[in-house]
Order: sequence, then C-alpha cells, then structure tokens
Amino acid sequence: MMTEQTQNIPIRGEHPLKRILSDFFDNRIAVVALLIFLLITFFALFASWISPQNPFDLKQINILDNRLSPGSESMTGIVYWLGTDDQGRDMLSAIFYGLRISLFVGGASTGISLLIGIVFGLAAAFWGGRIDNLIMRIVDIQLSFPAILVAVILIAILGKGIDKVIIAIVLAKWAYFARTIRSVALVERQKEYIDAAICLALPRSRVIFRHLLPNSIAPLIVVGAIQMAHAIALEATLSFLGIGLAITEPSLGLLIANGFEYMLSGKYWISLFPGIALLITIFSINLVGDQLRDVLNPRLQR
Amino acid sequence: MAVLIHPQADQIEIQEATKRLGLDRPIWEQYLIYMGNIFKGDFGNSFVYNEPSLKVILQRLPATFELVVCSFVIAIFVGIPLGLIAGFRPSEWISRIIMGGSILGFSLPSFWVGLMLIMLFAVQLGWLPSGGQGPTTEVFGIGLSLINVEGIKHLILPAINLGLVLLSTVIRLTYSGVREIILSDFIKFAYAKGLPNRRIVFIHVLKNVLVPVVTILGLEFGNLIAFSVVTESVFAWPGIGKVLIESIENLDRPVIVAYLLIVAVMFTVANMIVDILYSILDPRVTVTEMGN
Repeated sequence: MMTEQTQNIPIRGEHPLKRILSDFFDNRIAVVALLIFLLITFFALFASWISPQNPFDLKQINILDNRLSPGSESMTGIVYWLGTDDQGRDMLSAIFYGLRISLFVGGASTGISLLIGIVFGLAAAFWGGRIDNLIMRIVDIQLSFPAILVAVILIAILGKGIDKVIIAIVLAKWAYFARTIRSVALVERQKEYIDAAICLALPRSRVIFRHLLPNSIAPLIVVGAIQMAHAIALEATLSFLGIGLAITEPSLGLLIANGFEYMLSGKYWISLFPGIALLITIFSINLVGDQLRDVLNPRLQR
Repeated sequence: MAVLIHPQADQIEIQEATKRLGLDRPIWEQYLIYMGNIFKGDFGNSFVYNEPSLKVILQRLPATFELVVCSFVIAIFVGIPLGLIAGFRPSEWISRIIMGGSILGFSLPSFWVGLMLIMLFAVQLGWLPSGGQGPTTEVFGIGLSLINVEGIKHLILPAINLGLVLLSTVIRLTYSGVREIILSDFIKFAYAKGLPNRRIVFIHVLKNVLVPVVTILGLEFGNLIAFSVVTESVFAWPGIGKVLIESIENLDRPVIVAYLLIVAVMFTVANMIVDILYSILDPRVTVTEMGN
C-alpha cells in the first residue's frame, strides 16, 4: 500500500506529460495500436510515393487488367498483390489513396467539431444560466437523434461532396464535444483558482482560454480519438450509401461500395481489402483512445 | 426545375409547367401553400413515383417495422441470456468470447458487417438469399415476410445485421448488471436461504437486471429505425430507409420531407413511451413539472 502511495505522488519537476507517456507505454496492445495507426497515417501521407501505381493517372492503368485476383501479374510485370478493380486499378494503391481521403475527412471533421464543441461547451459552463440552458437544450435535441440520421438528413439538404460531408459530420458530432467539455469545465469553474483569476480582474477571454480550458481538456482528447474513429466510419457509411463523397474522391467507403456488386459473383477482393483497411484504422484509433482514457483518468491510476 | 421537365421542352412548355407547379408565385406564397397542405396531410406528390409522398413512405413502413421488430427480438432473446452467462462466469473462455464479440459488434461499421454476412452466408455457403424481401403474405392488407418460410429466409440476415449493435449493448448491460447485483446482500441471502439456483437467476437477478435494459431498448428503438437506412441499402430491403436514399439520389424532395416528419414523430413517441416506462419501472423516478 505504501509503495503505491509514493508512486502516485508526482516528483517535483517531473513533467506530467512524461508520466502520461510512460503510463501509456505500459500497455503493449495500445503501443501496437499506436504504431499501426502511425503506419496507416504514413501510408496515407506518402501514398503517391509508396504505392505501386497512381490510380488517378490513366496512363498507368490498363483496363485490360480489370478484376484480376490478388497476386496476379499485369502484362507489364507489376504484381497486383491485392488484385484490381473493374477499371484495372491496383487495389493496394487505391487503398493507400483512399486512406488519405478517409483520414482527411475524419481528421478535419473531428478537428472542426472539437473547436465548435469547445467554444460552446466552455461558454455554457462559464456563464451558466440562460446561455447554459439554451446551448444544452440544443445539444440534448441533437443527441436524441443518432449521428447517422443527422448526417443523412444534412446530406439530403446540402448535397454530395467532400466539403458537405465534413459539414454534415461536424454538425452531427459537435454536441458530443460540447457536452463533454461542459461537464468537466463546470467542476473546474467552482474551484478557487478560477475565482482568484476573476478577482485579479483578468480579461474574461484569458480566464477562459488560459485557465479554464487547459484544465478541462484532458477528457476531450479521449472523446476526440473515439469520435474520430466514428467520423471515419460515418464517412465510409455515407460514401457506401452513395450519398457521401463524389466518385472523383475515392475514399475507403466508396471503394467498398464499388466492389459490392462484384462480391455476389465471388470477386471478393474489391470490397474485402478496403474494408479490412477501414477496420484496422478504426480499431487502432479506438484502442489508442481506450488506453488514453485509462491513463488520463485520475480515478483509475495505479 | 430542370429535373422535372424533359430536356427538349420549349419555352411554352416550360411556362405551362411553371404555372401548373405554382412556381410563378412568390416564394413566401409557395411556402404558405406548402405548409397549409402539410397540415392537411398532403406532402405533395413524389417526383419519381408520381404518388402522394406520404403514401410512398407509409407503403414501405411495414417492411421497415418488421425488420426493426425482428432485430429487437434477436437483441433481447439472444443478448440477455448471453449477458447472463458472461456475468455469472466471467472467467470462463466462453464469457471472454461473448464480451470480446460484443466489443466487435460495437465498433464494426454496420454496412461492413452486412457485407460480410452476405459474403459468408449468401455467396460462400449459399444458405440464405443475399437481398430483397422475397415473397410476402398479405395480412390485413399488409405484406408480411414472417408468415412464410422463404420470407423468413430473406429476413434473417438483415435482422441480424440491424440488431447487432443493440445485441452488443444488451449483452454489456446485462453483464455489468449481473456483476453488480450478484454482490448485493439480498442475493447472498437468497443463496443462504438455500433457494434453487434457477430461481435466483431468473427471479432475483433477472428482474433487477431488466430495469436498465428496458430503458436502453426503448431509447435504441429510434436508433434502429435510423440504422435501417444502412441495412436496407445493403440488403436491398424495400423499407423507408432505402426509399430515403433513393430519394436523395433522385432529388425527390417531397419524399425526403415526408420521411423526416414520420421519423421525427416516431422518435418523439418512442422517447415519451420510455419516459413513462421509466416512472413505472423505477419508483424513484416521478414525473414532475419542468423546472423542478
């Protein structure tokens, strides 16, 4: 009991980030997940360098190579490790490029909704009263409808396209962030240091952004990670339904939808491999998020 | 406008169509007429089917309802027993499989699960059809799949697909409920009294586990209707979700609006029923006026 106690007390001068990192690396599964996620991000960022073929460059695509099974060789000698789709595109390259689009949509929409959520959540917690009531009722209404339905409705109004999908996901997701940061900030708001800051007549913006925000942000990182996995899945679902991205922006969801019709005739690889890439992405983010939650939650600290 | 008229129409035809559709009037007047019609139950005709859009939606509603109800039944009658097993024997390998599987059920994208079900059971094994509703039997003027064998075959995969998330939720809720209740004094007392195991499980534990499960089931009913959009598209199930997606692709606005209103009404009713059920199941909750 004693040893555990002493471990818990932070040593003077040790940066909290260091402790969080070392706690994080205690869990082997989470580390593997993090590595996989970094690898996926690497594939997505450097897709144009590492993929065997540029699926957007018609010169490199041979339509005669269409629907080849995994591992077969093209006429020019390239091996299609994951087969080709109906246009003769190499699936491996298509997945790398698709990851880029999926991660971009997921990251951008999560980032924007995080910002909106922070602004509204902090405003509700800081001022309370009528502003709090108004914002939280909007959040309640929004959360009583599932995200997929909100996104589908918004797409129906806005139309297709990458920017519209991002807007739809942002509007479907910001409420989660707003609610999370409000609940944390409400507790922080009651503490003395905020009162002290207000008594010092610091400008409100400084109190909110320099004092309240940094102390309320930890749980948001966790929610952000899990919501990013959700956002990627949501984009894939919308694209799969044919109401997400346009055909010129082939994300993983579109690749899966593209192979769906061939699946019934036994050509499984066009859908299967993009799907597995999607699953690995979502899982790795979720696992990292889970471990972050355990690390950042002071109640679970060992 | 461009969607509604054939591309070769000349100026006179365009003018006539504009007048017939009332598009020559000011926008606020169009809006007032539209709202007035909605209150009369007229959502305008679908551009694609050329039928009242409310009728288009209502015709497809039974198919969706059938699917949702079946998923519901699967989630309850498979989820609760599995949760009980995992809760009573948490260290056995079967419980670990159940709990691990429920995490999978949460985080896998629904449309992907549907694809895998089709690939496995329809394409590779060939046991079940890959999509469509199959033959229906007329009951009180409504076509139902549940009555005949072929219809049930068509229903199995979509229902599993739709019910999977709810199933996982029910398993996890039951599991944590059992883990909590099993430690309480009245269960220890029941064992001490020498009651048969069966009675303790099904009367003492199950009754207390059911409270949170029932609430979640009610809240998730709306979610199922929302997720039926995905499942119906994957399995080509002719319900309201599939109509919604088709209408979005065809820019068939009246049908989209009719869908939204119907679903909004269903959500409101479902939430209200849950609130009422809550106060019945849990005597600590009372319905009071807002603001207290």
